Amino acid sequence: MAQDKRAMIGARIAKEFQNGDYVNLGIGLPTEAANYIPEDVQVIFQSENGLLGAGPKPPEGQEDKDMINAGGGYITCIPGASFFDSATSFAIIRGGHIDATVLGALQVDQEGNLANWLIPGKMIPGMGGAMDLVTGAKKVIVAMEHCDKYGKSKILKQCNLPLTAKGKVNLIITDMAVIEVCSDGLYLREIAEDLTIEDVIQATEAELIIPERVSTF
Amino acid sequence: MVQIITAAETAIMIKPGSRVAIGGFLAVGAPETIIDAMVENGNKDLHIIVIASDWEDRGVGKLIVNKMVKSAQVSHMGTNKTIQAQMNAGEIDIELVPQGTLMERVRAFGAGLGGVLTPTGLGTIVAEHKQIISIEGKEYLLETAIPSDFALIKAYKADKLGNLTYRKTARNSNPIMAMAGKITIAEVDEIVEIGELDPEDVVTPGVFVNYLVLSKEN
Repeated sequence: MAQDKRAMIGARIAKEFQNGDYVNLGIGLPTEAANYIPEDVQVIFQSENGLLGAGPKPPEGQEDKDMINAGGGYITCIPGASFFDSATSFAIIRGGHIDATVLGALQVDQEGNLANWLIPGKMIPGMGGAMDLVTGAKKVIVAMEHCDKYGKSKILKQCNLPLTAKGKVNLIITDMAVIEVCSDGLYLREIAEDLTIEDVIQATEAELIIPERVSTF
Repeated sequence: MVQIITAAETAIMIKPGSRVAIGGFLAVGAPETIIDAMVENGNKDLHIIVIASDWEDRGVGKLIVNKMVKSAQVSHMGTNKTIQAQMNAGEIDIELVPQGTLMERVRAFGAGLGGVLTPTGLGTIVAEHKQIISIEGKEYLLETAIPSDFALIKAYKADKLGNLTYRKTARNSNPIMAMAGKITIAEVDEIVEIGELDPEDVVTPGVFVNYLVLSKEN
């Protein structure tokens, strides 16, 4: 994905966080959000390998072999950070103590189902911590490209890949739109400023509910 | 009483068919000295219980590329193409377990529990063939305890009673795995005299630990 699109999605994700939130960002695109947290908002990032208060990458040459994030990259920690074991880490996640989690997706559907861990016969990375995160976090945000590399919608009427969790997604943020998952369907809340509502409808397989007011981002 | 042994002696203790829980997250906090000794010893037909299959040249990935593992319970294999290829070729049996569920199932065995109830995996293929139990109107999956014959873990410092401290994110699954081995062997950077560790700093009480191995990095 082009860097300007990544930046746009990252900046939009960051607007979802409140001061004092505990947040878990998935590997890849979701981590962009960390670059756009406003100065007057303090967000504490969890890394599910056992850290609250994850900080930025260390300067080259100052890496600590025992300090990684959940993607295996070297990180630092902020003042006020804490270390804990993996069972405690998932008690935090599963127990509803994380305010928001942001994950990538292969597919998401109009019932809030998410598929992001398995393409049978092709890609078997495993679910890692994703199933627990999606089950336990107070707010589940999917951040992804609107369409796959073949131009096909990743927002479907019904996922056809194995699910990560059923009916847990709250918000979908893509390079084209911000879509809220409600009990009666998907509400188009915002569109990218260079697009029309019709562009987004055309690029989306799922049914979209178009409210009176759709803003731009 | 805790005994100090070598990594080579550890490798010899682990017989074919053993169930081995191994600490670490993407090889950080993995008992590399013990893993290297196992590779050298040529242990075979192991069942491993791990968070991730690590990389081909680091952590438990070394056991996999050397075809020492016949089956695994694991949550993430995305960094190791060899294990995915072995799985597709039918050379290794894999049970993919959500990471939080894996930790609780391992902890349950160490804590004398038969299993745990978790909402994670409901409505997914993880729930297939598992009992769903309703508690006060909310559904949970019954996930059974995972036993292990050996737990191989990595800690920072040990005293001669086996009390352990950890360092930063190298703690990860190690304190959980430590509870769950019928025999627990801890690789450590340093072994100190009894009384030198502040009891407030001890994360794994020595009661869980049978053997100590000094890491080769020292």
